[in-house]
Amino acid sequence: MIELKNLRAGYPGRPVLEDISLDFRPGEVLAVIGPNGCGKSTLLRAANGLLPRTGGDVLLDGVPLERLPAKEIAQKIAYLPQSRTTPNITAGRMVLHGRFPYLSYPRRYRREDHEMVKRALAWVGASGLASRPLAELSGGQRQKVYLAMALAQDTETILMDEPTTYLDVGCQLEVMALARRLAEEGRAVVMVLHDLTLALRCAHRAALLHEGRVRQLGTPEELYRGEALEQVMGVTLGRVETAEGWRYFYR
Amino acid sequence: MSSLRTSSVGNKGRAGLIALLAGLLALSGVASLAFGAVSIPPGEVIAALLGRGSGTTASIVLYARLPRLCGCLLAGAALACAGVIIQGVLNNPLAAPNVIGVNSGAGLATALCCALAPGAVRWTPLAAFLGALVGVLLVLFIAERAGAARITLVLAGVAMSSMFGAGIDAVVTFVPDALSGYTDFRVGGVKNLSMARLAPAFWVILIALLIALSLSNELDLLLLGRETAQSLGLPAKWLRLALLMVAAALAGAAVSFAGLLGFVGLLVPHIMRRLLGEDSFPLLLSSALGGGLLLTVCDLASRLIFAPFELPLGVVLSLTGGPFFIWLLLKQRRGGGGL
Repeated sequence: MIELKNLRAGYPGRPVLEDISLDFRPGEVLAVIGPNGCGKSTLLRAANGLLPRTGGDVLLDGVPLERLPAKEIAQKIAYLPQSRTTPNITAGRMVLHGRFPYLSYPRRYRREDHEMVKRALAWVGASGLASRPLAELSGGQRQKVYLAMALAQDTETILMDEPTTYLDVGCQLEVMALARRLAEEGRAVVMVLHDLTLALRCAHRAALLHEGRVRQLGTPEELYRGEALEQVMGVTLGRVETAEGWRYFYR
Repeated sequence: MSSLRTSSVGNKGRAGLIALLAGLLALSGVASLAFGAVSIPPGEVIAALLGRGSGTTASIVLYARLPRLCGCLLAGAALACAGVIIQGVLNNPLAAPNVIGVNSGAGLATALCCALAPGAVRWTPLAAFLGALVGVLLVLFIAERAGAARITLVLAGVAMSSMFGAGIDAVVTFVPDALSGYTDFRVGGVKNLSMARLAPAFWVILIALLIALSLSNELDLLLLGRETAQSLGLPAKWLRLALLMVAAALAGAAVSFAGLLGFVGLLVPHIMRRLLGEDSFPLLLSSALGGGLLLTVCDLASRLIFAPFELPLGVVLSLTGGPFFIWLLLKQRRGGGGL
């Protein structure tokens, strides 16, 4: 489990995160929400060790992150960045790269790695895409492939930076459903989300960030009832109860 | 490299293409030994290669054409693979050893080496490697500083190329004998080579190619972007450095004997990427074969077009490669791509 303790991070001359304490619990989808530039993406990158901290601690199963070799971190944390370059390779090959942390030089992929790729693609419902070039896939299909890659990486924690951006509503819901299923399997899923209604609907907990600090951390119920969301985001939410649970909307 | 969205072929197609390239390379190699100012029948070529030939024809094959052929193969393979690596590491399809100042850095170091220690031909590959390395490290430094914006990198490379080029000119002005056949060096060519001169470069290129092939998975990961690569446990910073050093060794070794043969490093990786997709292992392998093939064919053409007069190899290469490359770009544009 990842624990952030009084984490500070940022860029030279520009601190972004101040005193963040959070834990990413297995079996739970944690939505990170907040206005643009509040440090959501920075939070994920610092939690993964991609961005050096300027203070505080990131503990991975109780061990400070900097004491662990990069490979071991990669076996425990998967990270899906918001934007990435898509090389001209097949979807199957892309997912196979998720097995990289388990190889030693000279990195020949083994049969079990290929098996894992097959299972991961099947799990996200993208088996048919394995031999298709990545560049030919739609945004939603590509996101599924990236999820399969994270799955093939077989980590306890999966960090996703705005996985639903640029997707149509159907695909957004599909990605969120996959995230819930990942959590049900006992993984900790952390997602940066812009759509508050989607975040409150699908997450187990949500962290509202504002100016580099956690303004409120709680269940969707708590965030909905609190005042912070309205103050920080400048919108008012409403909700209706359905058979599948609460559905939120912007007033 | 999202710009190069062409369909890639399956494993079988790839193996077939690589076999085809190898076959063409073998054919052009034989042709390169057999044709020139004097035509030599294939039978005599083989006899000469096996050490059973005699007389002038055997001498022509062994001492004039064979070193030339080997020079083409080595320089072509090295520059094309250096292109693949540099484009992959910098994630920039515009980068190539000649574009970003690696070749001219190696050229300057070679010129300096020849000017300061005229007898030390043996050391030119080392000097060229160091020159290429300086070029590559400067580019990496600029890339990190400028946030690796594609066009910034290329512009910085153009600036460095012209600085290094001015350096070569300065050295040649002060020590006119430094680069015997200066024009040949500037244009690039494989005339007047000997096996002894090729030997050090051969070992450097062979070792660098093997290292590059063994790091092909890592190169694949770098193509996913630095952050993704790092999040998969790849020490991206060190790996970029290591791969660029390999590229510098390849480009430097090629420049040390073949001069500033520009285009191979840009043209061949682009063609192969279109044909095979971006998996690094087949891409490196096919680019090595393709680079050797391209130079061998161009060298043969340079000897035959105005026989018995010869055009410099670099001239033929640019005159045929340039239009082809432009055609490729236009075709890509129509296909909805574009750089």
